[in-house]
Amino acid sequence: MQKFLFDINRDRALQEQFRVHAPAVLDRYSLEGEERRALEAGDIGLIYVLGANGQLLMHFAALLGMPWAEYIAAMRAGVARHGPVRAGIYAMTTGVDDGPQKL
Amino acid sequence: MSLVFAGICSHAPGITGRAHMADRSIAEEFHGAYRGMADELAAAKPDALIVVAAEHFANFFMNNMPAFAVGMAESYEGPIEDPQWLGIARTGIPGNAPLSRRLIREMMQSVDLAYAEEWKFDHGIMVPLSFLTPRFDLPVVPVNVNCQGPPLAPLHRAWALGEALRRAADLAPERIALVGTGGISHWPATPDSGKINENWDREFLRRWLANDKPALLSYSDEETYRDAGQGGFEIRTFISVAAAAQGPGRLRYYRPIPIFAVGCTVGTMDIKTCRT
Repeated sequence: MQKFLFDINRDRALQEQFRVHAPAVLDRYSLEGEERRALEAGDIGLIYVLGANGQLLMHFAALLGMPWAEYIAAMRAGVARHGPVRAGIYAMTTGVDDGPQKL
Repeated sequence: MSLVFAGICSHAPGITGRAHMADRSIAEEFHGAYRGMADELAAAKPDALIVVAAEHFANFFMNNMPAFAVGMAESYEGPIEDPQWLGIARTGIPGNAPLSRRLIREMMQSVDLAYAEEWKFDHGIMVPLSFLTPRFDLPVVPVNVNCQGPPLAPLHRAWALGEALRRAADLAPERIALVGTGGISHWPATPDSGKINENWDREFLRRWLANDKPALLSYSDEETYRDAGQGGFEIRTFISVAAAAQGPGRLRYYRPIPIFAVGCTVGTMDIKTCRT
């Protein structure tokens, strides 16, 4: 899953292919069912919980045209729905009911 | 000729990309401090700028992750991110391949490096350059320290990298500037984006300003992750600059700015004459 995010974030041709026909692009990667569904749906919250590095995910969310506040909220909603982040170093450190940081 | 300038600065993408969402006077105050650093850099009349950065998967990935990498290209390009999202237009940035080659050869005497003739800059380098060399006309030598995909190089190796950079810069006929860029404590790209541990930052900066090597190297990654978040791993870039410059630092700016997701920092460091 992270390999796909790495590739698409840096390859403009792949971004275009993904826009036109996402399944064909995702077919090239070794993805578990949940990973594939999350990527296909652009489910930022689930991708986050599955353990994608936040930097990879932040750029992917930007690629999907997601406004900043919505992207932050989607990660928090993902944890509320699917439970704590399962891998990596980008775990949420506050509670699901705490709300975003005061900006 | 030698190292003629050393400094540190923040690089969070919000600094440029979300400037319009920040309190205008605070953003202007910080951007002003950044431009002040640009003036100091220009006054040092550098021929090239080494940027020690911590990239975010623009070039290096877990399929083949170098602890340290140095650019050796004729030119670079950036940003890799959507220019509108980052607030910086896509552009070319000149490199200096012969200088890179000489620096790398000398640095390899004490530090094992990867080198790269292809390198796309992400916000980690583009945000600093957009303030420091806004015309993108000063040749850059990018240096990357892996701060994203553990296992990470221990802090004492980031120090060794800085010492190697200094030795190599002092052997070059060019006037060389060095900038380290990273966050101190921050939790970027998490739902906690905007969280900043100001006390931890100020203690780290106290150690950096005093160039207190034992204190700078005493953090464990476990402590850093707990107290300063995964973004805190980027202290490696500031530590490399301290090792290279050897002198005391001067804090030009520090203020937590949550919408920028980091304690915004600008500092310079006196360059102490080297033992060599």
